Amino acid sequence: MTSCTYDTGIPLGTGESRSPGWWAMVWTIATEAALFAFLLFSFFYLGSQSRSPWPPAGPLSLKLALPNTIILILSSVAYVWGERGIRAGNRTRLRAGLRIAFFLGLIFVIIQAIEWKHLPFGPRGQAFGSLFYTITGFHGAHVILGLLMNLLVQIWAERGVFTRESHLAVTNAGMYWHFVDIVWLFVFASLYISPRLG
Amino acid sequence: MAVATLAPIATAPVERLTRTWETPPGLYGVLSTVDHKTIGKRYLVTAMIFLIIGGLEALVMRVQLTHSDTHLLSPEAYNQLFTMHGITMIFWYASPILSGFSNYIWPLMLGSRDMAYPRVNALSYWTFLASGIFIYTALAIGQAPNDGWFGYAPVSLQQFNPGLNMDFYALGLIFLTVSTTIGAINFIGTVMKMRAPGMSLNRLPIFVYGTMTASFAAVFSLPALTAGCVFLFFERQFHMHFFDAAQGGSPLLWQHLFWILGHPWVYIIVLPAMGMVSEMIPTFCRRPLVGYPYVALSTIATGLIGFGVWVHHMFATGLPAISMSFFSGASYLITIPSAIAVFAWIATIWTGKPVFKTPMLFAAGFIVLFVIGGVSGVVTAAVPFDWQVTDTYFIVAHIHYVLIGINVFPVIGAFYYWMPKMTGRMMDETLGKWNFWTMFIGFNLGFFPMHIAGLLGMPRRVYTYPAASGWDTVNLITTIGSFVFAIGVLLFVINLLVSRKRGTLAGSNPWNAGTLEWAMESPPPVYNFAVIPIIRSRLPLWEDQLGDATPGIIPGEGHSHISEGAVLAQGRETFGTSPLEAEPLHVLQMPSDSLWPFLLSAAMLAGFYGLVFSQWWLAILGAVGVFVCVAGWLWPKNAPRAEAV
Repeated sequence: MTSCTYDTGIPLGTGESRSPGWWAMVWTIATEAALFAFLLFSFFYLGSQSRSPWPPAGPLSLKLALPNTIILILSSVAYVWGERGIRAGNRTRLRAGLRIAFFLGLIFVIIQAIEWKHLPFGPRGQAFGSLFYTITGFHGAHVILGLLMNLLVQIWAERGVFTRESHLAVTNAGMYWHFVDIVWLFVFASLYISPRLG
Repeated sequence: MAVATLAPIATAPVERLTRTWETPPGLYGVLSTVDHKTIGKRYLVTAMIFLIIGGLEALVMRVQLTHSDTHLLSPEAYNQLFTMHGITMIFWYASPILSGFSNYIWPLMLGSRDMAYPRVNALSYWTFLASGIFIYTALAIGQAPNDGWFGYAPVSLQQFNPGLNMDFYALGLIFLTVSTTIGAINFIGTVMKMRAPGMSLNRLPIFVYGTMTASFAAVFSLPALTAGCVFLFFERQFHMHFFDAAQGGSPLLWQHLFWILGHPWVYIIVLPAMGMVSEMIPTFCRRPLVGYPYVALSTIATGLIGFGVWVHHMFATGLPAISMSFFSGASYLITIPSAIAVFAWIATIWTGKPVFKTPMLFAAGFIVLFVIGGVSGVVTAAVPFDWQVTDTYFIVAHIHYVLIGINVFPVIGAFYYWMPKMTGRMMDETLGKWNFWTMFIGFNLGFFPMHIAGLLGMPRRVYTYPAASGWDTVNLITTIGSFVFAIGVLLFVINLLVSRKRGTLAGSNPWNAGTLEWAMESPPPVYNFAVIPIIRSRLPLWEDQLGDATPGIIPGEGHSHISEGAVLAQGRETFGTSPLEAEPLHVLQMPSDSLWPFLLSAAMLAGFYGLVFSQWWLAILGAVGVFVCVAGWLWPKNAPRAEAV
């Protein structure tokens, strides 16, 4: 019989990072990122083909969008803080981090809704408006999905499901949350900033 | 606990393994099973049904086109038929049939007891079935998609196409995309984590490389179709503007998004099929595949370059010359990896001792058709020639040589090759040879004249043509050929149904093949492997004959262990291994049967019906149902109560 490195003892369990469940989230994020890439491709493509000003009424105001961007980034920071908590076995810190992240994410959605209400264009006019509402709407839907994940993780955290060793759901929901935030930076740079550069 | 020791197969607790892995009988078992073999067979049967439906649609069209000035079908009915034929074959048959083979064969080939995400696997099947039901609802109510399989704007828009036809198209494809994407993630997860210890990347069968590359391509290209279909649905339903040039949109945006998916999709539905051929040819030539690393790398290269050729579908749209030159160049480039694979197969046959059993006939026939379809593809990579033949029957001939030649022929061959493993019984050889020759002759008789019809100027998608055009003869020959081809497919179905029950017993390895899926009895036990094998070469079952000449073997490392290995029978267990070297990292506890995937698909189906019929309450109900199902699915079992922290 050959000597095998694995006849001595291999840990039982699904593991944490690099486990199949972790990879599932990585590839889900990859395909979602591709989706946003194609949405932004469409934005730049139609912008490059447009014969009228793009956006039609000049660059968009940053008055709400810029603070909102900062709120979303802070929400990711809060999540990381909470996740570091459970990695040290601190469940209270996990619950606090999740709650702060959830609260900040919710504020982001509300401010986004307020901005939608006050924009000078609607989704049905020119292609710019249609793309703007579709892209920010898709992103908003992803934020809401991330909030729902956060809510589930909060419920499980209340029930004491997570331990220092086993908290894959926290890791996965966190990865998704950071992904949603990073995508926003691309959306923000494309929709709000790029028209100011041309 | 958690110690895996090597035990001989004879002492494996077979009864306990069977009890652990088998699906309970009855309706609950049918709806809840996560057994990759059952799911694989369901994929195969469902996709074959779609092949037959799509084939019947084609035959109706061929009857219509037999003579000039035929009015059997109205133009609208003809539009719906060619569109349904196209999307059925390309989206609901060609990829799912390969997923069926991969689902069934992969864990057996890789030395695992299941796929990485068994419940996701069940979900990908149920959503595939549900999306098929959804798209055929459109045909049942007489409002099937009618704008060709690539659904070009502006004909797809509300003002030119007011029915529900293209709403079904947009939503049906989004629905199917869900199934294909999660299926692809499952394959990627499986190849990364679920291999037998020692099955390093340089020991993976080429079939695994094929499906893996297709899965990566799907993950990154399918969202383009999703984005396009979302735009199309929003534009039709909510009067937003993406493709309407009058409002700042562009019909070319649709074409870009569609073909960014569309061209990688060609490789998604041929690379796994080419991989199956790379399994069959060595078995029937009695030698390892020539140039394994080159075939593996050319598979990956094809998948990558496949992302850079989409504009060759758009040469006739008035793009800048620089753009066309780039994409024309890339389209020439992609022939190189394909040619490498072809030469590797030819060299394997040339230097081997070919035995022309039915699977080998299909593999050899595939090479011939691949070369013809490849050549008619290379010539259309040249912009001026493409301008001449675009939207003619020449393109129809090309796409059928590629898709039937590189997908259907290997698939039928693969049925002959792997059915003995799945059913435990051989398919009939004599009928098999009749099957092959009828299909091969019928196919060439039917589809080769289409090249000529195209060069004579016959446009595609015309519901009839005038006698003065002079296209009667080629069309008559094409119709005869397509019926001969259909008889060939019928012979296959008969052979399959009869041999399933009455074929001679196959035993574990009827072809004396070298890969791992032939190690266990046929059909395989529910737990696949009584002990998890340890792999030391590319062809573990040929090590006795080839010795240290077996490809992939490292001198001094010893040989593969098939009949002894880790038992892992404390529950649904198998190894989780590292992505490159397949070192076992942990013992995975695999999920058991669950109703959630089925319920989730049902909720999605309800939601999509709500969207297409503008019943927003139903759409919202569906969305809530999806969330409830996901939450229920992920809910931790036996969660410990909160302790005071």
